[in-house]
Amino acid sequence: MAPRVRELRSGDCAADSAAAILARDASRSAGAVFAPRLRGSGSARRSVGLLAALLALVAVLVLSVCVGAQPIALDRVWQLVWSPDGSDEAVIVHDLRIPRTLLGLLVGMALGVAGGLMQALTRNPLAEPGLLGVSAGAAAAIVTAAVLVGPADPIVYIWFAFAGAALASVVVYAIGATGRGGASPVRLALAGIAVMFALNAYVQGLVLVDRAAFDEYRFWQVGALSGQPMSLTALIAPFIAVGLLLAFAMSRALNTLALGDEASRGLGASPGRTRALGAVAVMLLCGAATAAAGPIVFVGLAVPHVARAIAGPDQRWVLPLCAVLAPVMLLGADIIGRVVARPGEIEVGIVSALLGAPVFIAIVRRRRIAQL
Amino acid sequence: MSTSDVAGIGRVVRLAPLGGSLRVAPRSVAVGLALTALLVVLLILSIGTGDYPIAPVDVVSTLLGGGDQGTRFVIETLRLPRGLTGVLVGAALGAGGAIFQSITRNPLGSPDIIGPVQGASAGAVLEILVFGGGTFAIAAGSVVGGLATALVVYLLALRHGVEGYRFVLVGIAISFMLIAVTQYLLTRASLDLAMTAQVWLTGSLNGRGWEHVQPVACALIVLLPLTAMLARPLRMLELGDEAAGALGVAVERSRVALIFVAVALVTVATASAGPVVFVALAAPQIARRLTRATGPGIGCAALTGAVLLVGADYASQRLFGDTRLPVGVLTGALGGLYLIWLLTREWRKGTA
Repeated sequence: MAPRVRELRSGDCAADSAAAILARDASRSAGAVFAPRLRGSGSARRSVGLLAALLALVAVLVLSVCVGAQPIALDRVWQLVWSPDGSDEAVIVHDLRIPRTLLGLLVGMALGVAGGLMQALTRNPLAEPGLLGVSAGAAAAIVTAAVLVGPADPIVYIWFAFAGAALASVVVYAIGATGRGGASPVRLALAGIAVMFALNAYVQGLVLVDRAAFDEYRFWQVGALSGQPMSLTALIAPFIAVGLLLAFAMSRALNTLALGDEASRGLGASPGRTRALGAVAVMLLCGAATAAAGPIVFVGLAVPHVARAIAGPDQRWVLPLCAVLAPVMLLGADIIGRVVARPGEIEVGIVSALLGAPVFIAIVRRRRIAQL
Repeated sequence: MSTSDVAGIGRVVRLAPLGGSLRVAPRSVAVGLALTALLVVLLILSIGTGDYPIAPVDVVSTLLGGGDQGTRFVIETLRLPRGLTGVLVGAALGAGGAIFQSITRNPLGSPDIIGPVQGASAGAVLEILVFGGGTFAIAAGSVVGGLATALVVYLLALRHGVEGYRFVLVGIAISFMLIAVTQYLLTRASLDLAMTAQVWLTGSLNGRGWEHVQPVACALIVLLPLTAMLARPLRMLELGDEAAGALGVAVERSRVALIFVAVALVTVATASAGPVVFVALAAPQIARRLTRATGPGIGCAALTGAVLLVGADYASQRLFGDTRLPVGVLTGALGGLYLIWLLTREWRKGTA
């Protein structure tokens, strides 16, 4: 207890240092808690967890193509996928359901992994991918586009959103990395909040003055997978692929980051480079996902907690689990949103928050939380 | 009465006859006085601003009982209630935010993020869009929404006592649900109604009268003394539950009381002015950097909150003129930029 007291007093900003201490304490005790499990049945548990998640993903993918305002039987879908016969059902499957499902898969993977990365980089279990300023930047760009350009091709909006997301995350990282020692977790989090609030203010100012922009914004901010063409999925796929590769390649470095900067440097890792690369990956993943589907940030916050509850703190397992579990959650929410309000729909952003939150709370109640 | 210096944490004043002692940090006192002076100046400037400008001298003389009838009317029925609402709401948000951040020991643990504000917003938006209620109904809806949300979050986070992180995470989950409900309502309403709700959601001091001042004032009269009584256990709780318990603090009871006070402060403020973002989050952080004190520093946080809100309201009236942009737009922008500047300056010196 003594070191905690001393640190709290010596810090200029007790809240900051307390957060850092908490993170450090948590990582220490997490090591203690998880050590026995790692030696015991841990790897079996992880493998089973990953396998179950993969099965769930397959089930959700199939359901997502079959279920909707017009349900189509599984064998009929199978037949239509390979030989479209020009019927209404074939059009539905090829032009609506498959693009939507693939988009959900990509966006889900991106948000889940971006969330896992963000929490590991900031070592803060409260971090969500939007904390790098990505969704705020995208929102600001969308609203600006609505004011400047007016109604336009959705693809134009996508590029605006992606540019805004990239710009905002660069600014957040630049502020977070200013000064001696580079980007520390607490600095990144605070810089993210500051930029996020400034951008939100800009967005709110614009939408209150410009009715058309508000109309665009209120639907965009909900987050939806519906009505997007296949070309959109193809457009964001390369960004997400690069982001995922980058994330998986750095999972080992993220594990050393969890030990704290000094210990990780002692092990030969370079925390500064890891954080910079991680920020690039989050920007690519979350930026592409947000540009395509709007800000569905809750998935990125909740899924890494589920993944850590299954796999423990090892990022080499956590990140792949995130990549599988997040699309399960997102597509599951999308399917439910299609069914409950037939013939209308409830957007995936709303359903995922309403259904995901109780699950998340149940996990938070059952397990030790801070394992970063 | 005798005083003694304690390195780093200020001066201890012993009140021998009363058998007590008081710890006073000179820098905190100086900052508090400076903030109060700044607040008074801003309030006078803000009262003088509007379609019918009044010189600061006339504002002061009218407030002291002089002035002609026209000026008197404008100030007493329009400008003063607006200014006072700003002061009280800002103070409530600053104090509530300081308590929350201290309990959760996390700068992200702001009421902006963990539930009560979203609950209050959802309640008010429901009232505006579905029931079409008036000013009082909207305020009532937001108070009920905020308190109910806090109760739900607390009960869900309760498990062998409330642990900081669990409380915040449950709060965030609940607030995401409430945001989803709010957004759903916004997309299903007509554009005009949705626009009205959006103005409320931005947080505004436009058109605030005495009926907005009274509830916040009453709430603060009750809540601020309670906060002062709880400041000591709060300071202890920052050392961790075990250390606080060893120092004689009833950990769980103090925490429940603190959460209740903080939620009440924030909810009442939100009911009066809407969810003005950033004040609750930034005020404690800014106050801490100004006073360089350890510990929660609720008084200075409250003053900083009031200065932020009144200053932002003054600036938004000056900058935007006829468009009447709500103050929430500016608190976000100003607070965000100021925090960025503060952080970069601090990090360049390498102190954080």
